Amino acid sequence: MTEPWWIALIEALVIINLVMAAFAYTTWLERKLLGRLQNRYGPNRAGPFGLLQPIADLIKLVRKESFFPSAAIEVPYILAPALAVFTALAAFAVIPFGAGWTISGYHVNGVVADVPIGLILIFALGSVGVYGAIVGGWASESKYSLLGSMRTCAQLVSYEVSLALSVLGVVLMGQSLNLSAIVDKQGETIWFIAPQFVGFVVFFIGMIAETARPPFDLPEADTELVAGYHTEYSGMRWGLFQTAEYINLITLSALAVTLFFAGWHGPWAPLGPLWFFIKLFLFVAVAIWIRASVPRLRYDQLMRFGWKVLLPVATVNALVTALLVVWID
Amino acid sequence: MPEPLDAVKGFAVTFKQLFKKPITQQYPEYKRPVYPRFRGRHRLHRHENGLEKCVGCSLCAAACPADCIRVVADENTPENRVSAGERYARIYEINMSRCIFCGYCELACPFDAITLGNEYELSEYSREDQIYTKDMLLAPPIKRIPVADPDLYDTPIPYYKEHS
Repeated sequence: MTEPWWIALIEALVIINLVMAAFAYTTWLERKLLGRLQNRYGPNRAGPFGLLQPIADLIKLVRKESFFPSAAIEVPYILAPALAVFTALAAFAVIPFGAGWTISGYHVNGVVADVPIGLILIFALGSVGVYGAIVGGWASESKYSLLGSMRTCAQLVSYEVSLALSVLGVVLMGQSLNLSAIVDKQGETIWFIAPQFVGFVVFFIGMIAETARPPFDLPEADTELVAGYHTEYSGMRWGLFQTAEYINLITLSALAVTLFFAGWHGPWAPLGPLWFFIKLFLFVAVAIWIRASVPRLRYDQLMRFGWKVLLPVATVNALVTALLVVWID
Repeated sequence: MPEPLDAVKGFAVTFKQLFKKPITQQYPEYKRPVYPRFRGRHRLHRHENGLEKCVGCSLCAAACPADCIRVVADENTPENRVSAGERYARIYEINMSRCIFCGYCELACPFDAITLGNEYELSEYSREDQIYTKDMLLAPPIKRIPVADPDLYDTPIPYYKEHS
Protein backbone atom coordinates (compact mmCIF):
# COMPACT_ATOMS: atom_id res chain seq x y z
CA MET A 1 0.00 0.00 0.00
CA THR A 2 1.31 3.39 -0.90
CA GLU A 3 0.55 6.60 0.86
CA PRO A 4 0.41 10.16 -0.53
CA TRP A 5 3.72 12.01 -0.29
CA TRP A 6 2.38 14.66 2.05
CA ILE A 7 1.32 12.04 4.60
CA ALA A 8 4.85 10.63 4.49
CA LEU A 9 6.19 14.13 5.05
CA ILE A 10 3.98 14.73 8.09
CA GLU A 11 4.84 11.29 9.41
CA ALA A 12 8.58 11.99 9.02
CA LEU A 13 8.20 15.30 10.87
CA VAL A 14 6.33 13.63 13.73
CA ILE A 15 8.83 10.78 13.99
CA ILE A 16 11.85 13.11 13.96
CA ASN A 17 10.36 15.13 16.80
CA LEU A 18 9.40 11.99 18.71
CA VAL A 19 12.93 10.62 18.35
CA MET A 20 14.41 13.93 19.51
CA ALA A 21 12.08 13.95 22.51
CA ALA A 22 12.95 10.32 23.19
CA PHE A 23 16.63 11.28 23.05
CA ALA A 24 16.12 14.13 25.52
CA TYR A 25 14.35 11.88 27.97
CA THR A 26 16.83 9.06 27.42
CA THR A 27 19.46 11.35 28.90
CA TRP A 28 17.11 12.04 31.80
CA LEU A 29 16.37 8.33 32.23
CA GLU A 30 20.05 7.49 32.06
CA ARG A 31 21.03 9.95 34.76
CA LYS A 32 18.06 9.07 36.94
CA LEU A 33 18.37 5.30 36.60
CA LEU A 34 22.15 5.38 36.83
CA GLY A 35 21.74 7.37 40.03
CA ARG A 36 19.37 4.86 41.57
CA LEU A 37 21.60 1.96 40.52
CA GLN A 38 24.44 3.71 42.35
CA ASN A 39 22.34 4.45 45.44
CA ARG A 40 21.87 8.18 44.76
CA TYR A 41 19.03 10.32 43.41
CA GLY A 42 20.24 11.70 40.08
CA PRO A 43 18.83 15.02 38.87
CA ASN A 44 15.89 16.08 41.09
CA ARG A 45 16.09 19.87 41.20
CA ALA A 46 14.86 21.06 37.78
CA GLY A 47 11.12 20.49 37.92
CA PRO A 48 9.36 17.51 39.53
CA PHE A 49 11.69 14.49 39.55
CA GLY A 50 14.17 16.57 37.54
CA LEU A 51 11.96 16.26 34.48
CA LEU A 52 13.00 19.68 33.16
CA GLN A 53 16.70 18.73 33.31
CA PRO A 54 17.03 17.95 29.54
CA ILE A 55 15.53 21.35 28.72
CA ALA A 56 17.86 23.08 31.17
CA ASP A 57 20.79 21.22 29.62
CA LEU A 58 19.70 22.28 26.14
CA ILE A 59 19.47 25.94 27.15
CA LYS A 60 22.86 25.72 28.81
CA LEU A 61 24.49 24.10 25.76
CA VAL A 62 22.96 26.55 23.28
CA ARG A 63 24.02 29.58 25.33
CA LYS A 64 27.52 28.24 25.95
CA GLU A 65 30.38 29.60 23.87
CA SER A 66 31.09 27.27 20.96
CA PHE A 67 34.85 27.28 21.18
CA PHE A 68 36.55 27.19 17.79
CA PRO A 69 40.23 26.18 17.60
CA SER A 70 42.10 28.70 15.44
CA ALA A 71 43.86 25.90 13.53
CA ALA A 72 40.66 23.97 12.83
CA ILE A 73 39.59 23.38 9.23
CA GLU A 74 36.39 25.33 9.23
CA VAL A 75 33.86 23.59 7.00
CA PRO A 76 34.44 19.97 8.02
CA TYR A 77 34.78 21.04 11.66
CA ILE A 78 31.27 22.47 11.61
CA LEU A 79 29.78 19.82 9.33
CA ALA A 80 31.02 16.77 11.27
CA PRO A 81 28.55 16.96 14.21
CA ALA A 82 25.69 17.75 11.84
CA LEU A 83 26.60 14.72 9.73
CA ALA A 84 26.65 12.50 12.80
CA VAL A 85 23.17 13.64 13.87
CA PHE A 86 21.78 13.47 10.36
CA THR A 87 22.80 9.85 9.77
CA ALA A 88 21.58 8.84 13.23
CA LEU A 89 18.18 10.42 12.64
CA ALA A 90 17.84 9.21 9.06
CA ALA A 91 18.47 5.61 10.06
CA PHE A 92 15.31 5.64 12.18
CA ALA A 93 13.19 6.24 9.06
CA VAL A 94 13.19 2.57 8.02
CA ILE A 95 12.21 1.17 11.45
CA PRO A 96 8.61 -0.11 11.40
CA PHE A 97 6.68 0.84 14.51
CA GLY A 98 3.13 -0.20 13.63
CA ALA A 99 0.95 -2.15 11.21
CA GLY A 100 -0.27 0.92 9.36
CA TRP A 101 -3.63 2.59 9.72
CA THR A 102 -6.38 4.02 7.54
CA ILE A 103 -7.38 7.47 8.75
CA SER A 104 -10.38 9.04 6.94
CA GLY A 105 -9.70 7.26 3.69
CA TYR A 106 -5.95 7.80 3.62
CA HIS A 107 -3.53 5.00 4.28
CA VAL A 108 -0.77 5.73 6.77
CA ASN A 109 2.20 3.37 6.83
CA GLY A 110 3.66 2.12 10.08
CA VAL A 111 7.09 3.17 8.87
CA VAL A 112 8.40 6.47 7.50
CA ALA A 113 10.20 4.99 4.49
CA ASP A 114 9.34 1.41 3.52
CA VAL A 115 12.65 0.67 1.81
CA PRO A 116 13.07 -2.85 0.35
CA ILE A 117 16.67 -2.95 1.61
CA GLY A 118 16.03 -1.19 4.92
CA LEU A 119 18.52 -3.28 6.85
CA ILE A 120 21.37 -2.48 4.46
CA LEU A 121 20.37 1.18 4.52
CA ILE A 122 20.70 1.28 8.31
CA PHE A 123 24.18 -0.21 8.22
CA ALA A 124 25.17 2.09 5.35
CA LEU A 125 24.01 5.14 7.30
CA GLY A 126 25.83 3.85 10.37
CA SER A 127 29.04 3.62 8.36
CA VAL A 128 28.57 7.15 7.04
CA GLY A 129 28.00 8.27 10.61
CA VAL A 130 31.51 7.09 11.48
CA TYR A 131 32.72 9.89 9.19
CA GLY A 132 31.37 12.32 11.76
CA ALA A 133 33.92 10.98 14.23
CA ILE A 134 36.77 10.75 11.68
CA VAL A 135 36.24 14.19 10.16
CA GLY A 136 35.47 15.85 13.49
CA GLY A 137 38.70 14.59 15.03
CA TRP A 138 40.82 15.37 11.99
CA ALA A 139 39.38 18.83 11.33
CA SER A 140 40.02 19.91 14.92
CA GLU A 141 43.77 20.01 14.15
CA SER A 142 44.61 18.66 17.59
CA LYS A 143 46.70 15.58 18.20
CA TYR A 144 44.38 14.38 20.98
CA SER A 145 41.35 14.69 18.73
CA LEU A 146 43.14 12.92 15.89
CA LEU A 147 44.29 10.04 18.09
CA GLY A 148 40.84 9.86 19.64
CA SER A 149 39.14 9.72 16.26
CA MET A 150 41.51 6.97 15.11
CA ARG A 151 40.71 4.97 18.23
CA THR A 152 36.99 5.55 17.72
CA CYS A 153 37.06 4.54 14.08
CA ALA A 154 39.03 1.38 14.76
CA GLN A 155 36.42 0.38 17.33
CA LEU A 156 33.36 1.31 15.30
CA VAL A 157 34.63 -0.29 12.10
CA SER A 158 35.61 -3.58 13.76
CA TYR A 159 32.35 -3.98 15.67
CA GLU A 160 30.30 -3.03 12.63
CA VAL A 161 31.54 -6.19 10.92
CA SER A 162 30.24 -8.42 13.72
CA LEU A 163 27.05 -6.40 13.93
CA ALA A 164 26.27 -6.85 10.24
CA LEU A 165 27.18 -10.56 10.31
CA SER A 166 25.05 -11.22 13.39
CA VAL A 167 21.86 -10.14 11.63
CA LEU A 168 22.58 -12.40 8.65
CA GLY A 169 20.78 -15.25 10.43
CA VAL A 170 17.68 -13.11 10.81
CA VAL A 171 17.80 -12.13 7.16
CA LEU A 172 18.08 -15.80 6.15
CA MET A 173 15.11 -16.74 8.34
CA GLY A 174 13.00 -13.74 7.45
CA GLN A 175 14.00 -14.14 3.77
CA SER A 176 13.96 -10.40 3.27
CA LEU A 177 15.98 -7.26 3.88
CA ASN A 178 12.79 -5.27 4.36
CA LEU A 179 12.26 -4.66 8.06
CA SER A 180 8.46 -4.64 7.79
CA ALA A 181 8.59 -8.05 6.11
CA ILE A 182 10.88 -9.39 8.86
CA VAL A 183 8.47 -8.12 11.53
CA ASP A 184 5.50 -9.67 9.74
CA LYS A 185 7.32 -12.98 9.46
CA GLN A 186 7.94 -12.96 13.21
CA GLY A 187 4.28 -12.13 13.84
CA GLU A 188 3.28 -15.22 11.82
CA THR A 189 5.88 -17.62 13.27
CA ILE A 190 7.98 -16.99 16.38
CA TRP A 191 10.15 -14.16 17.64
CA PHE A 192 13.62 -14.59 16.16
CA ILE A 193 15.23 -14.25 19.60
CA ALA A 194 14.48 -17.98 20.14
CA PRO A 195 16.18 -19.49 17.06
CA GLN A 196 18.72 -16.68 16.74
CA PHE A 197 19.79 -16.35 20.37
CA VAL A 198 23.51 -16.40 19.54
CA GLY A 199 22.95 -13.83 16.83
CA PHE A 200 21.08 -11.67 19.30
CA VAL A 201 23.88 -11.81 21.89
CA VAL A 202 26.46 -10.84 19.26
CA PHE A 203 24.16 -8.09 17.97
CA PHE A 204 23.58 -6.73 21.46
CA ILE A 205 27.30 -6.60 22.31
CA GLY A 206 28.04 -5.06 18.92
CA MET A 207 25.27 -2.55 19.47
CA ILE A 208 26.70 -1.45 22.82
CA ALA A 209 30.12 -1.07 21.16
CA GLU A 210 28.70 0.79 18.14
CA THR A 211 27.01 3.34 20.37
CA ALA A 212 30.26 3.74 22.36
CA ARG A 213 28.62 2.95 25.67
CA PRO A 214 30.33 1.33 28.65
CA PRO A 215 32.05 -1.13 28.78
CA PHE A 216 33.07 -0.13 25.23
CA ASP A 217 33.18 3.64 25.76
CA LEU A 218 36.81 3.96 24.67
CA PRO A 219 35.93 6.86 22.31
CA GLU A 220 34.99 8.94 25.33
CA ALA A 221 36.67 7.21 28.31
CA ASP A 222 35.84 10.19 30.48
CA THR A 223 37.69 8.96 33.54
CA GLU A 224 41.09 8.30 31.98
CA LEU A 225 41.52 10.32 28.76
CA VAL A 226 40.64 13.69 27.34
CA ALA A 227 37.36 13.02 25.59
CA GLY A 228 38.64 11.68 22.24
CA TYR A 229 37.44 12.84 18.84
CA HIS A 230 35.23 15.58 20.34
CA THR A 231 37.94 17.04 22.58
CA GLU A 232 37.92 20.37 20.77
CA TYR A 233 34.15 20.66 20.58
CA SER A 234 32.04 22.58 23.06
CA GLY A 235 28.58 24.04 23.34
CA MET A 236 25.89 22.72 21.06
CA ARG A 237 28.41 21.24 18.57
CA TRP A 238 29.48 18.89 21.33
CA GLY A 239 25.80 18.49 22.15
CA LEU A 240 25.17 17.30 18.60
CA PHE A 241 27.78 14.56 18.97
CA GLN A 242 26.09 13.46 22.18
CA THR A 243 22.71 13.61 20.43
CA ALA A 244 24.05 11.39 17.67
CA GLU A 245 25.37 8.91 20.22
CA TYR A 246 22.05 8.63 22.05
CA ILE A 247 19.97 8.51 18.87
CA ASN A 248 22.26 5.74 17.62
CA LEU A 249 21.48 3.88 20.83
CA ILE A 250 17.75 4.38 20.29
CA THR A 251 17.94 3.40 16.61
CA LEU A 252 20.01 0.29 17.21
CA SER A 253 17.76 -0.70 20.12
CA ALA A 254 14.80 -0.23 17.79
CA LEU A 255 16.59 -2.38 15.22
CA ALA A 256 17.17 -5.10 17.82
CA VAL A 257 13.50 -4.96 18.78
CA THR A 258 12.55 -5.18 15.11
CA LEU A 259 14.89 -8.04 14.22
CA PHE A 260 14.69 -10.23 17.31
CA PHE A 261 11.58 -9.21 19.30
CA ALA A 262 8.97 -8.91 16.53
CA GLY A 263 8.80 -5.11 16.56
CA TRP A 264 5.28 -3.92 17.27
CA HIS A 265 3.83 -7.43 17.74
CA GLY A 266 3.09 -8.14 21.39
CA PRO A 267 2.62 -11.42 23.21
CA TRP A 268 -0.97 -10.67 24.29
CA ALA A 269 -2.83 -7.51 23.42
CA PRO A 270 -2.55 -5.91 19.96
CA LEU A 271 -1.21 -2.61 21.23
CA GLY A 272 0.90 -1.88 18.15
CA PRO A 273 3.33 1.04 18.65
CA LEU A 274 2.97 0.78 22.44
CA TRP A 275 4.55 -2.68 22.41
CA PHE A 276 7.34 -1.28 20.28
CA PHE A 277 7.84 1.53 22.75
CA ILE A 278 7.84 -0.78 25.78
CA LYS A 279 10.47 -3.06 24.23
CA LEU A 280 12.56 -0.05 23.21
CA PHE A 281 12.39 1.30 26.76
CA LEU A 282 13.52 -2.05 28.17
CA PHE A 283 16.49 -2.12 25.79
CA VAL A 284 17.61 1.36 26.76
CA ALA A 285 17.15 0.52 30.45
CA VAL A 286 19.32 -2.60 30.08
CA ALA A 287 22.01 -0.55 28.33
CA ILE A 288 22.00 1.84 31.30
CA TRP A 289 22.12 -1.08 33.72
CA ILE A 290 25.19 -2.41 31.91
CA ARG A 291 26.81 0.99 32.19
CA ALA A 292 26.27 0.94 35.95
CA SER A 293 27.69 -2.58 36.36
CA VAL A 294 30.69 -3.19 34.11
CA PRO A 295 34.11 -1.53 34.09
CA ARG A 296 35.63 -0.27 30.85
CA LEU A 297 37.69 -2.62 28.67
CA ARG A 298 41.31 -1.96 27.86
CA TYR A 299 41.93 -1.06 24.23
CA ASP A 300 43.69 -4.34 23.34
CA GLN A 301 40.94 -6.32 25.08
CA LEU A 302 38.40 -4.41 23.04
CA MET A 303 40.04 -5.22 19.72
CA ARG A 304 40.81 -8.83 20.67
CA PHE A 305 37.21 -9.42 21.78
CA GLY A 306 35.81 -7.88 18.61
CA TRP A 307 37.95 -9.78 16.11
CA LYS A 308 38.76 -13.04 17.90
CA VAL A 309 35.49 -13.78 19.73
CA LEU A 310 32.59 -11.82 18.31
CA LEU A 311 33.43 -12.13 14.61
CA PRO A 312 33.98 -15.95 14.56
CA VAL A 313 30.84 -16.50 16.63
CA ALA A 314 28.79 -14.33 14.28
CA THR A 315 30.24 -16.10 11.22
CA VAL A 316 29.56 -19.59 12.58
CA ASN A 317 26.05 -18.52 13.56
CA ALA A 318 25.34 -17.26 10.06
CA LEU A 319 26.76 -20.46 8.48
CA VAL A 320 24.78 -22.79 10.76
CA THR A 321 21.59 -20.80 10.16
CA ALA A 322 22.14 -20.96 6.40
CA LEU A 323 22.66 -24.74 6.54
CA LEU A 324 19.56 -25.26 8.71
CA VAL A 325 17.39 -23.05 6.49
CA VAL A 326 18.47 -24.99 3.40
CA TRP A 327 18.06 -28.34 5.17
CA ILE A 328 14.53 -27.56 6.47
CA ASP A 329 13.44 -26.34 3.04
CA MET B 1 40.43 -16.40 32.42
CA PRO B 2 37.39 -14.18 32.93
CA GLU B 3 34.76 -15.58 35.28
CA PRO B 4 31.34 -15.29 33.60
CA LEU B 5 29.48 -15.96 36.85
CA ASP B 6 31.22 -13.11 38.65
CA ALA B 7 30.19 -10.71 35.90
CA VAL B 8 26.55 -11.68 36.45
CA LYS B 9 26.99 -11.17 40.20
CA GLY B 10 27.99 -7.57 39.50
CA PHE B 11 24.68 -6.99 37.73
CA ALA B 12 22.84 -8.37 40.76
CA VAL B 13 24.71 -5.98 43.04
CA THR B 14 23.75 -2.91 41.02
CA PHE B 15 20.17 -4.15 40.59
CA LYS B 16 19.71 -4.50 44.35
CA GLN B 17 20.52 -0.82 44.79
CA LEU B 18 17.31 0.07 42.91
CA PHE B 19 15.22 -0.95 45.90
CA LYS B 20 17.26 0.86 48.53
CA LYS B 21 16.69 4.39 49.64
CA PRO B 22 19.51 6.56 48.24
CA ILE B 23 22.01 7.64 50.85
CA THR B 24 22.29 11.12 49.36
CA GLN B 25 21.86 13.94 51.88
CA GLN B 26 19.79 16.66 50.21
CA TYR B 27 21.99 19.54 51.29
CA PRO B 28 20.15 22.85 51.33
CA GLU B 29 17.13 21.18 52.96
CA TYR B 30 19.12 18.94 55.26
CA LYS B 31 22.27 20.22 56.90
CA ARG B 32 24.46 17.52 58.34
CA PRO B 33 25.55 18.47 61.88
CA VAL B 34 29.18 19.54 61.97
CA TYR B 35 31.67 18.18 64.48
CA PRO B 36 32.02 20.23 67.67
CA ARG B 37 35.58 21.16 66.73
CA PHE B 38 34.67 22.15 63.16
CA ARG B 39 36.44 25.38 62.16
CA GLY B 40 34.18 27.80 60.32
CA ARG B 41 33.43 31.52 60.30
CA HIS B 42 35.30 33.62 62.88
CA ARG B 43 33.76 35.35 65.87
CA LEU B 44 35.02 38.15 68.06
CA HIS B 45 34.00 38.05 71.71
CA ARG B 46 33.13 40.49 74.48
CA HIS B 47 33.53 40.34 78.23
CA GLU B 48 30.40 40.03 80.37
CA ASN B 49 30.50 43.78 81.01
CA GLY B 50 30.27 44.49 77.29
CA LEU B 51 33.90 45.46 76.66
CA GLU B 52 35.66 43.82 73.73
CA LYS B 53 38.21 41.16 74.53
CA CYS B 54 40.41 42.19 71.60
CA VAL B 55 43.17 44.59 72.56
CA GLY B 56 44.47 45.15 69.04
CA CYS B 57 47.82 43.39 69.56
CA SER B 58 47.88 42.01 65.95
CA LEU B 59 49.27 38.64 67.06
CA CYS B 60 46.50 36.95 65.07
CA ALA B 61 47.55 38.86 61.95
CA ALA B 62 51.15 37.81 62.57
CA ALA B 63 50.16 34.17 62.99
CA CYS B 64 47.92 34.10 59.94
CA PRO B 65 49.59 32.06 57.15
CA ALA B 66 47.17 33.41 54.55
CA ASP B 67 47.72 37.01 55.64
CA CYS B 68 44.01 37.69 55.64
CA ILE B 69 43.63 39.62 58.94
CA ARG B 70 44.06 43.37 59.13
CA VAL B 71 44.18 45.06 62.53
CA VAL B 72 44.57 48.80 63.14
CA ALA B 73 44.84 49.53 66.85
CA ASP B 74 43.96 52.72 68.72
CA GLU B 75 44.28 53.96 72.33
CA ASN B 76 41.39 53.60 74.72
CA THR B 77 40.43 56.92 76.32
CA PRO B 78 38.28 57.44 79.42
CA GLU B 79 35.49 58.89 77.23
CA ASN B 80 35.71 56.13 74.66
CA ARG B 81 36.54 52.83 76.35
CA VAL B 82 36.08 49.94 73.90
CA SER B 83 38.22 47.12 75.20
CA ALA B 84 39.42 45.94 78.58
CA GLY B 85 43.06 46.58 77.76
CA GLU B 86 45.13 49.69 77.04
CA ARG B 87 44.43 49.65 73.32
CA TYR B 88 41.60 48.35 71.15
CA ALA B 89 41.16 47.34 67.50
CA ARG B 90 39.81 50.34 65.63
CA ILE B 91 39.71 48.30 62.44
CA TYR B 92 39.50 44.51 62.50
CA GLU B 93 38.93 42.91 59.09
CA ILE B 94 39.16 39.33 57.88
CA ASN B 95 39.26 38.62 54.17
CA MET B 96 37.21 35.42 54.03
CA SER B 97 38.17 34.70 50.43
CA ARG B 98 41.78 34.27 51.59
CA CYS B 99 41.21 32.59 54.95
CA ILE B 100 42.16 28.92 55.03
CA PHE B 101 40.41 28.22 58.37
CA CYS B 102 43.56 26.86 59.98
CA GLY B 103 42.68 28.29 63.42
CA TYR B 104 46.14 29.75 64.10
CA CYS B 105 44.55 33.10 64.95
CA GLU B 106 42.61 31.67 67.86
CA LEU B 107 45.73 29.85 69.06
CA ALA B 108 47.75 33.05 68.87
CA CYS B 109 45.23 35.24 70.66
CA PRO B 110 46.32 35.92 74.28
CA PHE B 111 42.80 36.97 75.36
CA ASP B 112 40.67 34.36 73.54
CA ALA B 113 39.08 37.27 71.72
CA ILE B 114 38.83 35.48 68.37
CA THR B 115 37.56 31.95 67.87
CA LEU B 116 36.41 30.00 64.87
CA GLY B 117 32.69 29.23 64.89
CA ASN B 118 30.79 26.45 63.11
CA GLU B 119 29.25 28.38 60.23
CA TYR B 120 30.45 27.38 56.76
CA GLU B 121 27.92 28.95 54.39
CA LEU B 122 30.04 31.94 53.43
CA SER B 123 29.20 32.50 49.76
CA GLU B 124 28.79 36.04 48.51
CA TYR B 125 28.21 37.57 45.09
CA SER B 126 31.25 39.86 45.17
CA ARG B 127 34.75 39.83 46.59
CA GLU B 128 34.13 43.03 48.52
CA ASP B 129 31.42 41.25 50.48
CA GLN B 130 33.94 38.61 51.50
CA ILE B 131 35.75 41.10 53.73
CA TYR B 132 34.20 40.79 57.19
CA THR B 133 34.37 43.87 59.36
CA LYS B 134 34.62 44.03 63.14
CA ASP B 135 30.88 44.68 63.55
CA MET B 136 30.03 41.58 61.54
CA LEU B 137 32.44 39.46 63.54
CA LEU B 138 31.19 40.77 66.87
CA ALA B 139 27.51 40.22 66.04
CA PRO B 140 26.06 36.74 66.51
CA PRO B 141 26.10 34.86 63.19
CA ILE B 142 22.94 35.07 61.10
CA LYS B 143 22.99 31.51 59.86
CA ARG B 144 22.98 28.82 62.50
CA ILE B 145 24.58 25.48 61.77
CA PRO B 146 23.53 22.32 63.64
CA VAL B 147 26.36 20.92 65.73
CA ALA B 148 26.67 17.27 66.57
CA ASP B 149 26.40 16.16 70.18
CA PRO B 150 29.88 16.62 71.71
CA ASP B 151 29.35 13.52 73.87
CA LEU B 152 29.34 11.40 70.74
CA TYR B 153 32.94 12.32 69.99
CA ASP B 154 35.71 11.46 72.41
CA THR B 155 38.16 14.11 71.20
CA PRO B 156 38.45 16.71 73.97
CA ILE B 157 37.20 20.17 73.19
CA PRO B 158 40.11 22.61 73.53
CA TYR B 159 39.95 24.87 76.55
CA TYR B 160 39.82 28.03 74.47
CA LYS B 161 36.58 26.86 72.90
CA GLU B 162 35.02 25.91 76.19
CA HIS B 163 35.91 29.17 77.91
CA SER B 164 35.18 31.64 75.18
